[in-house]
Amino acid sequence: MASRWDSMSTATHELAPELGSLALAALMAVAAGLIGSFAVMRRMVLAADPMSHIALPGIGIALILRVNPLWGALVLLLLGAVLIWAVERRSRIATEAVIGVTFAVALAVGSVITSGEQLIDALLGAPATLTLHEALFGIIGALIVIVFVLRTRNALVVRLVSPEIAMTSAVDVARLDLYFLLAFALTIGLGLRFLGVLLMGSLIIIPAAIARRFARSLGRMLTISVTVAVAATAAGTYIASVAGRPSGPFIVMVAGGLFFLSLLRRHET
Amino acid sequence: MLEVQDLGVRLGGTDVIRGVTFNLPRASCLAVIGPNGAGKTVMLRALIGALPHAGRIAWASDAVLGYVPQKLDIERDLPLNGRDFLRARVALAGSSGALQAEALRSVGLPEEVLTTPIGHMSGGQFQRLLIAFALLGNPNVLLLDEPAAGVDAPGQAQLNEVIHGLQDKRAMTVLLVSHDLSVVYRYADHVLCLGRHGACFGPPRAALTPEMLQEVYGQPLGFHVHSHS
Repeated sequence: MASRWDSMSTATHELAPELGSLALAALMAVAAGLIGSFAVMRRMVLAADPMSHIALPGIGIALILRVNPLWGALVLLLLGAVLIWAVERRSRIATEAVIGVTFAVALAVGSVITSGEQLIDALLGAPATLTLHEALFGIIGALIVIVFVLRTRNALVVRLVSPEIAMTSAVDVARLDLYFLLAFALTIGLGLRFLGVLLMGSLIIIPAAIARRFARSLGRMLTISVTVAVAATAAGTYIASVAGRPSGPFIVMVAGGLFFLSLLRRHET
Repeated sequence: MLEVQDLGVRLGGTDVIRGVTFNLPRASCLAVIGPNGAGKTVMLRALIGALPHAGRIAWASDAVLGYVPQKLDIERDLPLNGRDFLRARVALAGSSGALQAEALRSVGLPEEVLTTPIGHMSGGQFQRLLIAFALLGNPNVLLLDEPAAGVDAPGQAQLNEVIHGLQDKRAMTVLLVSHDLSVVYRYADHVLCLGRHGACFGPPRAALTPEMLQEVYGQPLGFHVHSHS
């Protein structure tokens, strides 16, 4: 399945396979854990999933144009972020419906212009060798997300409690929201190669959902979320390599298993 | 400190408020009263620049606003504690930790409450936290939207004292939305009534007449002004 992606890319360089790819996956997991924490606190859980679907037509278009599917996915994800942002600014009420319908259409269009095997790769992720361009994108993209969340966490906290309070605290709320959505879209893009369109949303949401059950402060929330995301990615990748199968489903199964384990602990009220 | 002329806000195709005009001198206290749905919160949000509006809103050039919103709906399990929240404001304002201690003292909130997640705080604690948060920006204007809503009676009295104390000690200009007419009568220098048929503005004694209250609220209210108070 890996060959499908590689055959479309122009770069021939391949990174030292196993280790480099694992380090990159870990970096991606850190980004997912951080952005996921704020997404979960902002009740964006349900937006994560449909949003990742918009990558699909991008992948299809890229395959038709014979460029790396990753770039097609990324362009549409970032456009999707801007779309959500623009809709949210106009009216609060219709947002969910607009997002839901737009991304369902994106999924439909994407499945029409993408063929069977490519579709499976795009949905569930294609494992193994990354091109140099993909690796560079992964490193730079993950660092952008990590630095963004850590640097703007104070503004994000205040915005989360009340947009009006944020406005009187010299926070440009509209711009912050746009940057957050772009960082969110970028994070989904980071995971496409590893987890695929369908599963990346879960790596963003599940570790943060677990963290929320245990954390009583922001520091704890971020720490637990990142730890779970990295642990699930490492364990899932390992199991997948032993089983000789794509890693995405295993990563999500590990994260999901941890979530159900966390339910055993009674939630403090 | 603030000049408002012919202020109007349209939301969803209806005029929520229109034709509101008033002047607010420095270090005075304005109480905004009116029935539910009269646009009190909307007006406050327009004043802080959070809503598009018609007419003119002119703050003094040195005005620094602190805003305390109406009762916020915070989820109980939100993993943010009081310290996270205040620390965020301190970092954004680039102010010092000393200011935080002073703000907590001003609102009478003990330091140890800060380790409590904000969703677990009592109504009174959370309102104090919000006021302390606003103070961290070193404001000279405080806009409070029903700060005592959802707080028990002794807590309400304390909050009113806190707000009044701030106005006195720091010469702050205060805009206060309140349903409690006795508070309005006691603390406010000016009253703005937003009613179904337009707005009125004046000193409490003139604005809070039974006739005016009936006009604003659309029904007679059992509120009596005691001349000795």
